[in-house]
Amino acid sequence: MTSARELTDQRQGGVIRQNQLVSEDAWQVVRLDEDGNLTSYQQPALLPLAEWQALVAAGEGSDHLAPWLASDTELTPELGKALVDAPLLAVDFPNFNDGRGYTIARLMRERFGYQGEIRAIGDVLVDQLHYMSRCGISAFALRDDQYVEDALHALSSFSVSYQTGVDQKTPLFARR
Amino acid sequence: MYRYDTYDQTLVDERVAQFKDQMDRYLAGRLGDEEFRPLRLQNGLYIQRHAPMLRIAIPYGMLSAVQLRAMAAISRRYDRSYGHFTTRQNLQLNWPKLEDVPAILAELAQVEMHAIQTSGNCIRNTTTDQFAGIAEDETVDPRPWCELIRQWSTLHPEFAYLPRKFKIAVTGASADRAAIQVHDIGIRLNRADDGSVKATILAGGGLGRTPMVGDIVREDLDWQHLLTYLDAIVRVYNQWGRRDNKYKARIKILVKALGIEEFRRRVEEEWAHLKDGPETLTDSAVTKATSYFPEPERREVSAEAIEAYEALRRENRAFARFVTNNVVGHKVPGYKAVTLSLKRRELAPGDVTADQMDAVADLAEQYGFGELRVTHEQNLVLSDVPVDELETLWKALEELGMANPTVGTLADMICCPGGDFCSLANAKSIPIAQALQDRFEDLDFLYDLGPLDLNISGCMNACGHHHVGNIGILGVDKKGQEFYQVSLGGRSDDNATLGKILGPSFNAEDMPNVIDKVLQVYVEQRLEDEVFVDTYHRIGMKPFKERVYA
Ligand code: HEM
Ligand code: SF4
Repeated sequence: MTSARELTDQRQGGVIRQNQLVSEDAWQVVRLDEDGNLTSYQQPALLPLAEWQALVAAGEGSDHLAPWLASDTELTPELGKALVDAPLLAVDFPNFNDGRGYTIARLMRERFGYQGEIRAIGDVLVDQLHYMSRCGISAFALRDDQYVEDALHALSSFSVSYQTGVDQKTPLFARR
Repeated sequence: MYRYDTYDQTLVDERVAQFKDQMDRYLAGRLGDEEFRPLRLQNGLYIQRHAPMLRIAIPYGMLSAVQLRAMAAISRRYDRSYGHFTTRQNLQLNWPKLEDVPAILAELAQVEMHAIQTSGNCIRNTTTDQFAGIAEDETVDPRPWCELIRQWSTLHPEFAYLPRKFKIAVTGASADRAAIQVHDIGIRLNRADDGSVKATILAGGGLGRTPMVGDIVREDLDWQHLLTYLDAIVRVYNQWGRRDNKYKARIKILVKALGIEEFRRRVEEEWAHLKDGPETLTDSAVTKATSYFPEPERREVSAEAIEAYEALRRENRAFARFVTNNVVGHKVPGYKAVTLSLKRRELAPGDVTADQMDAVADLAEQYGFGELRVTHEQNLVLSDVPVDELETLWKALEELGMANPTVGTLADMICCPGGDFCSLANAKSIPIAQALQDRFEDLDFLYDLGPLDLNISGCMNACGHHHVGNIGILGVDKKGQEFYQVSLGGRSDDNATLGKILGPSFNAEDMPNVIDKVLQVYVEQRLEDEVFVDTYHRIGMKPFKERVYA
C-alpha cells in the first residue's frame, strides 16, 4: 500500500489534459437558457449538438465551434459519422451518477474512430477520471471547487485492468 | 480455488490505496457526502441504522479456510466478533468504524479478498450453485466462467455508474440452485453434443418492489462469446435503462417496457459490433481459468467404508436425520457435500461468531481440502467429505451448533437483517424468524412437512427473497406500526414463480399462528408425497385464506 500523500489546499478548476492542468483553455460551454434559447457566446464555443449541427449544415461550422453531447444522445451510425469531423467533442455529465457518457465516449472512439479530444463537462468528479480516461475521454473540465492535485492523483490510481478499454485493446486474459 | 497472480494482487492493493485516499479526503472534508457515497458503496460500505456496514465480496461463494480465519480475526479486531452471510454469498460486518474500513480492506487484501462492487449501481458479485463442481446433475462447472465474469466486471470502466445495481447468477446443473430466473442476468451453461459449452442467457429477473421472472434473450450462445454478449446487454441497459426514477431503473423494467423481442433486437444489434472483438474468450483463457478449479486429490473410499457408513445411518437415528437433511450426493462415489446450518435459535439466520469461523476453518482443512462455499440460503457447505469421516464431522458440528438437521425445511429460513440493523426496514425480521423457529422446532413435524422455503424480508427491497419463498413474509409499515404480509406459492427453482399475497397483514404476535394455520391446510389437503408449494398450486389460495382469516 502506498503511503498517504500530503493534501495541500489549492482548489482550482480548469481543464486537465495529458495529466496536466492546461493553463489556457478558452472553450466556453454554451447551454440553452430557460426559454430554450442559446445564450450569447464567443468562439471558441461548445454548443448543444442540435445548434452545432444546424451551423454546420448552414456552412457556418468552424474549428472554433464544437458540439457537446447530452447524456441521452442516441449515437446512430449517421450521427456518429457526422461527429467524426468535429474539432472537439464534449460529453456532458448532468450529474455524476449518470453513466451514459462513458458509453458515448467509448462508442465515439471504438466504433466511429474519433481521433480528437473528447472532453468531460458538467458534473465531473475527480474520482471518476480514471474510468473516463479508460473510456477514451481525454480531457476533463473540473469545477472551480475541485482539487487539481486530487484529479491528477486519481488518474494514476491503477496500473492494471482486467477488461479492454480505449486505453488497452487486449484483455488481461490474453496478456497473462 | 482461484488464486491471485501479481495482476490480481496489484489491482486489489491499488484499490485499497485508492479507497484510503478517498477516505482521507472525505474525513478532511474535501469530498462531500454525496460524492463519497458511490465511492464507499462500490467498496461495500453502507451507513446503516446503528453503524456503518461493510459487505465483503466472496466471489461465487468460494471461500478458503485461510480467508475465513482472516475474517474471524477482522471481526474480532474491528467489529463485534461475528459476521453475517447474505443471500448473495457475501459476508457482512455490522459494526465496523468508518475510519477503520481502509485498514480492514488492507487486511482482506492480504488474503486475496476485497469489498469491490458489493454495493452501488454497478455489476455486483456474481453468484452460483453452492454445489458447483461436485453436483451429480452438473454438466458444466460454472466456477471458471464465474471467475472470467468476475474479472470482466471488476472495475469495468464503462459500467460503474449504471442506472441501478446489476446482479448476475450462473448455473451449470440441470436443477437451478442459483435462482438465475430472478437475477438481472441469469446464465445457464450446458454442453453441446460435441462437448463444447453453450450458454442460455436470461435477462430482466429480479425481486424488490417490482418482482419479475427473467426472459430468455439468447439460447445456445457459444462460450467464446460470453463476455461480449454480456457487454452488449449491459451496454444496452446503460444507454436505455431509466434514470429518472430509481424504482424503475432496474433492467427488468427496461425489458418489460421494450418487450423481450425489442430488447433482444437491441442487444443483438449491439452485439453484432462486439462479436469476435478483443473480449472474445479463447481456449487458453478458459483452460487457465479452469486450472484454478482442479479436482482435489481425493483418496479412494473403500466399499467397506461406504458400507460401514450405510450401516451407521441405519443404526443411529440422529446421524441419519443429519445425513438425510444436511448431506447431499456427490459426483464422486464415497464423497458427500455437507451443509453447515447457520439457522439456530441463538443467532440470527446467517450469523456466525468469530470462534465459529475459526472452528469451521479448521474443519474445512480437516475434511474439505481447506475450502468452503456460502449458499444463497445463508448456510455454509463443505463440498468434499469422505463418507467415513462424516460421523466425526457431524459430532464436531454438533458442538459448534451447526448440525441442526433442518436444511431445506421450514426451520432453514432465509431472513434479512431487517429493522434490527437495516435503516430501510419497515419491520423487524429476525424476531419473526426466531418466533417461528421456537414454534416449529419439533423435528418430526418439520420432516413431515417436507421441503419448504420460508423467506422473510423487512421491507419490499426483498433482500430475504420473500417473493420466491413457498411461504414469504414481508414487513410492512402502517402508520408507524410494524405488520407482516404473507405470500404463498413462490419458488426460485427451475419453475421460478412469484408468490401471491394471502390478504391483509398481521401483527408480529400472530405470525406463528398464521403460519401454523397455513401449514394445517397443507397437511390436510396434500396428496401423498406432495410438497407444500405443489399443493398450493393445485388447490389455490382460497382454502388458505379461509382458514387464516376465519
Ligand atoms: C443492511 C443493509 C442492506 C441494505 C441497506 C440493503 C438494501 C437493499 C435495497 C435498497 C434493495 C432493493 C434493490 C432494488 O431496488 O431492486 C435490496 C435488494 C436485495 N438485497 Fe439488500 N440490503 C441490505 C442487506 C442485505 C442482506 C443482508 C442481504 C442478504 C441476506 C441482501 C440481499 C439482497 C437481495 C438478494 C436483494 C434483491 C435483489 C433483487 O432485486 O433481485 N441485502 N437491498
Ligand atoms: S429487505 Fe429491506 S429491511 Fe431487509 S435488509 Fe433489505 S433493505 Fe433492509
